[in-house]
Amino acid sequence: MATGLRKIRLSTTPTDEALADLQIGDIVYLDGTIFTAREGVYMRVIEDGVDLPLDLPAVSAANFHCSPAATQHEDGSFALGAVTATASFRFSKWIGAWLAASGAKLIIGKGGMSPEDYRDHFVPHGAIYLTTVGYGTGALLGRGVKDVCDLYWRKELGLAQAMWVLKVENFGPFIVESDSQGNSLFERENTKIAANLDAAYEGTKPAVLKRFGETDDRKDELI
Amino acid sequence: MITIDRLQATAEELMRRAAIEIPDDYLTGLKAAAAAEDGDLSSFVLDAMLENYDAAKEDGRAMCGDTGCPRWYVKMGNEARIDGGPVALEAALRRATANATSAVPLRPNRVHPLWRTDHDNNVGIGAPEIEYGFEPGGDWIDLTTVHKGGLFGTDYRMLFPSDGIQGIKRFFLDSLVAFGKRGLACQPAIIGIGLGGSKDACMVLGKRAACLRVVGDRNPDPKIAALEDELKVLGNNIGMGAMGFVGKSMVIDCNIEVGYCHTGGMQMSVHAFCLSSRRAVARIHGDGRVEYRTNPDWFTDYQRRETVEWPQA
Ligand code: SF4
Repeated sequence: MATGLRKIRLSTTPTDEALADLQIGDIVYLDGTIFTAREGVYMRVIEDGVDLPLDLPAVSAANFHCSPAATQHEDGSFALGAVTATASFRFSKWIGAWLAASGAKLIIGKGGMSPEDYRDHFVPHGAIYLTTVGYGTGALLGRGVKDVCDLYWRKELGLAQAMWVLKVENFGPFIVESDSQGNSLFERENTKIAANLDAAYEGTKPAVLKRFGETDDRKDELI
Repeated sequence: MITIDRLQATAEELMRRAAIEIPDDYLTGLKAAAAAEDGDLSSFVLDAMLENYDAAKEDGRAMCGDTGCPRWYVKMGNEARIDGGPVALEAALRRATANATSAVPLRPNRVHPLWRTDHDNNVGIGAPEIEYGFEPGGDWIDLTTVHKGGLFGTDYRMLFPSDGIQGIKRFFLDSLVAFGKRGLACQPAIIGIGLGGSKDACMVLGKRAACLRVVGDRNPDPKIAALEDELKVLGNNIGMGAMGFVGKSMVIDCNIEVGYCHTGGMQMSVHAFCLSSRRAVARIHGDGRVEYRTNPDWFTDYQRRETVEWPQA
């Protein structure tokens, strides 16, 4: 059973003190307003120079890397089912410029980003990375969404890439993956696991036919 | 004669069930993993998953916001007849996929690979995939939908006879370690392994081993069954659990399927069926009766036959 983990309720426009208090491995539930933004939104804002359609970070400082399972009915109303994050490492290219443009303090996604991204972009902007759990806890997260406030750029980007603005309450769980110092929970766990890898591989042997590859060091990450 | 209306209505119900209700065999496997897990973060993740399945069922919402890529496996008894024939059947499955995408709702995941065109209904060129199998006797059709998730966790490699079991173990571990970090594979998973065939057949075998066999099922070849057990233990001894945190729940079960291959080779594929191991099955009988279940029961003796003629002499 899970014991000894800290559980925290956090605002989506958090104070500096609240952010500084978060430690890697803490369990977080969010209250307030969040918005989804991923490559479609990033390219539109950063590369195409289109203005943000809402007042950030005043409305929300919480960017969710997500496309919800949702539809918009003919009358404009929404049906929102489950919500699950998408893998964040793919957005590395835009994250620095995006944190500057949006003032986001909470980046919520799947699987974290690289230690370099934390050091070069997150820490200078005072941003924290929260990872979703599982990662299949879409139904639990769906429960935490109380309302769809707005949907921007649906026509331009499609349902999956559009900017959903969602009112949330007790929305979670998430785990603090990177704190205000840029420490990474995944890094810490990888290091612990790496110590056992040689033992796990005992009794196996490399393939007869090699492949061109970027790493043979199993302590490396591939992202 | 099986009517198209009956087929389509059943297919729509299967789409809903697959997205919302985790199959019992996977749930039982995950509960056992949660009970055995002692890493605190890994345990927290598994408990949250168990809570999530309950929430999905109670609220009637998809268990995961990424509702994967819906696909169909159609198996027909040799005497089955469809009103309108196979073309009508395929249209019904495409309609059911599109209708369920807005009704459940599912995420419209399918886009054109280059132009990213999105019909918002999970239907497009080659989507959903529809695969076929046949069985001697019977006037029924088994419809199975699998909503396979995950861009990570699958790999293929050409091995050779001299790689042997040691080489198989190495590639198995490589796949789990590579994609298990940060939990990209959304483990613990049902790991399906395809051995032999040709490159494409090997991928198909591995995927079917992951998606069409239930947790606890064993290959009828006792030596392959023993290898399934051994690989499961090997995967759970890496020291990695859910989300890549320290732990021991990586593999809920390991299923291996084989196909005869070129005498010089030993193709191997690895597939991970994630925390949202979504599948739902129905048998539609010739008289219109419909029976729902979660075990596709795909790999029968007939599917694995080795002989020229059937029945075997
Ligand atoms: S791999 Fe499975 S559990 Fe993970 S996000 Fe995709 S569908 Fe959900």
